[in-house]
Amino acid sequence: MAVTVLIPSPLRPFVGGEPALQVEGDSVAQILERLTAEHAALRPHLFADDGRLRSFVNVYVNDRDIRRLAQRETPVRAGDTVSIVPSVAGGTAVADTLPGLSHEEILRYSRHLILPDVGVEGQRTLKAARVLLVGAGGLGSPAALYLAAAGVGTLGLVDFDVVDRTNLQRQILHGTSQIGRPKLESARARLLDVNPHVCVETFETRLTSANALDILKNFDVVIDGSDNFPTRYLVNDACVLLRKPNVYGSIFRFEGQASVFAMPEGPCYRCLYAEPPPPGLVPSCAEGGVLGVLPGIVGSIQALETIKLVLRRGEPLIGRLLLFDALRLQFRELTIEKDADCPVCGPRPTVTALIDYEAFCGVGAEPAPGGPEITAPELKAEWARSPSLVVLDVREPHEYAIARIPGTRLIPLGVLPGRLGELDPHADIITHCHHGVRSLKALEILRAAGFPRVRSLRGGIEAWAVEVDATVPRY
Amino acid sequence: MTLRLDRAQLESLRHHGEADYPREACGLIGGVLQGDRKDAIILVPVVNAQRDGQRRYLIEPESFRRAQVKLDRDGLDVVGVYHSHPDHPARPSAYDLAQAWPWVSYVIVGVTRGAARDVRSWILADDRASFVEELLEWQSPS
Repeated sequence: MAVTVLIPSPLRPFVGGEPALQVEGDSVAQILERLTAEHAALRPHLFADDGRLRSFVNVYVNDRDIRRLAQRETPVRAGDTVSIVPSVAGGTAVADTLPGLSHEEILRYSRHLILPDVGVEGQRTLKAARVLLVGAGGLGSPAALYLAAAGVGTLGLVDFDVVDRTNLQRQILHGTSQIGRPKLESARARLLDVNPHVCVETFETRLTSANALDILKNFDVVIDGSDNFPTRYLVNDACVLLRKPNVYGSIFRFEGQASVFAMPEGPCYRCLYAEPPPPGLVPSCAEGGVLGVLPGIVGSIQALETIKLVLRRGEPLIGRLLLFDALRLQFRELTIEKDADCPVCGPRPTVTALIDYEAFCGVGAEPAPGGPEITAPELKAEWARSPSLVVLDVREPHEYAIARIPGTRLIPLGVLPGRLGELDPHADIITHCHHGVRSLKALEILRAAGFPRVRSLRGGIEAWAVEVDATVPRY
Repeated sequence: MTLRLDRAQLESLRHHGEADYPREACGLIGGVLQGDRKDAIILVPVVNAQRDGQRRYLIEPESFRRAQVKLDRDGLDVVGVYHSHPDHPARPSAYDLAQAWPWVSYVIVGVTRGAARDVRSWILADDRASFVEELLEWQSPS
C-alpha cells in the first residue's frame, strides 16, 4: 500500500532532490520509519534524541495535522498523501533567557515536570509568563490561586474594591479576617502564601480607556474577570489593539460562559456581541445573585486556558463559546465566527483607539429616577407619629423572605403597575427596596398614576438595618 | 554554500525588517540551486504568527505549505528563510539553532532602533550543533 510522501525543500537534498516519494506502510509511524531507514541522514532532522518528532516538524495526512488525528499511530491507506511540513521558528535569544528553577521549585512543580507536555521547559515558560487579571473577585479568585500555584511567574491584578462580607460566599482569595481591607492587599498576601515564587503586581485603580493600554501592554495574557459591560468591551478592544489574548469568563446565577478572544486566528468579544445590551436589562451578580461555586468553575477554566496559551499546548477555546449550566450540569459549545465587519478586529476596523465605554454601553445615558426621599431615622420618627403611613416594599418575594421591615406591604416593582388599585391614592406612601434605586422607580410609577404623596426610603432596607433597627439582617 | 540576492531583494528584505520593527519580520526565499550557489528569485513575506513577535518569529506550517506548493509549481525551491533581529545583531541565537532546518539559508537582518543594519546569512552545520556563516552575494539585477 504505497502512499505519497511530500518532502519540503530543506529535506530534499537528503532524498536525492525528490519532492515526492512513494513509501509503503499502514501508519504514519511505519511510513516515517521506512523513510528514515532508506534515507538515514533525514533522521536527526525529523526526530530528537529521545525519538520524538521534533516540535517544528509537522506531519499531515492529506490535509489534516496528525496531532489532531492519532498522532504517529494515524493510519494511512493507498493513495493517501503524507506531507512533512516545516514550521519555521526562531528569534533573538529567548530560550537562553528563560528563568531557571531552584531545587525548591523543582520539588514544588514535580507533578508538572513529569508531564510530557509541560516538562522543565514548560515550567520555565510558565515562570517567564506575565498574566494580568482584571478583577480580583469571583472569577479572579480561583484563576489567580491556580495560576500562582502553577508557577506563573508574574500575576498582575487590577481592582479597586475592599473586601466585603458579601464577597466571601464566592471570592475565595479573601477571608473573613480581611473584611474592610483592599482586595489587592488581601490577594497579594494569599497568593504569596500559596507560592512565594510568584511576583504579584497590583494596580489599585478602575481600568479605564486612559490607563488600559499602559497596564495591559506589559502582560502576555489578559484574563477578563470583570462584572460589567463597559469593562468587558474595554478589555476586549485593548487586547485586540495590543494583540494580547483575552481569556473571557462571565457568570450569572447558575450559568457561566468562557472563551478565548482576540487571537489573530479567532473572533473577539465584539464578533460575538457587537452591541452591549440596553443598560439595566442584564442584572449584575449583586442584583441577580450567583451560586458561589459557579465562578469557581468558570474562573478555573480561565486559568486552564491561560496555561494552555502560555505553553502552546492543546486546543484553546478560540472560536468557541463554552456555555455551562450548573443546574443541569451541562457544558455546551457554540462555534463563533470571526466577523468580517468587526469594527475592532475586522480587516477594515473603525475602532483603532480606545473609546468611551460607559457611553458605548449607555451607562448614565438614562436619566436616573428621582423624587422626594426620606431617611431611615426620619421614617422611624414619622411612622411613630402617624401609624397610618403606608410603607410599601417593592422588592422581590425572595428578598422579603431574607429580611423585612415589620409593618410593610409587599408589592414587587414588576407587578406594581397592575396592582395600583390596591393602594389608597390619598395616603402618605413611602416606597422602599434594598438600596433605594427600585423604590425611586416605584415612586415615579405611583406619581405618574396620580398618587401625589409618595416618598422613597433613601438607602433602602440596608439603611434601615444600619441606622434604625439592628435586628433586621443585612444581605 | 553561497546565497545570491539581487540588490532590490536585499533592499526589500531590509525594508521588511524596518517596517515590522519592533516586531520580528519573517519570510521565505524562493530560488534555484546552481551548483554550490543558491540564487534567490522571489521573496515571500509571511505573517509572523508568533504572539510575542518582538523576540520570536514563527512561520506556521500552513504558510510554509502554501508557499512550497506555489514555488514547486514555478519550478523553484524554498532556498532560504529570512527574519529580522530587532535591536540584536544579525547572528543566530540558540533558539534559532534549536529550531533550524538543514540546507536552507537563514538570512538575518539586524534592525537597530528601527533602522536596518547588517544582513548576514547562515546555514545549519551537518551535526545540527552550530550555524556556519555563508557567503552572501548581491548584485544589481542584470
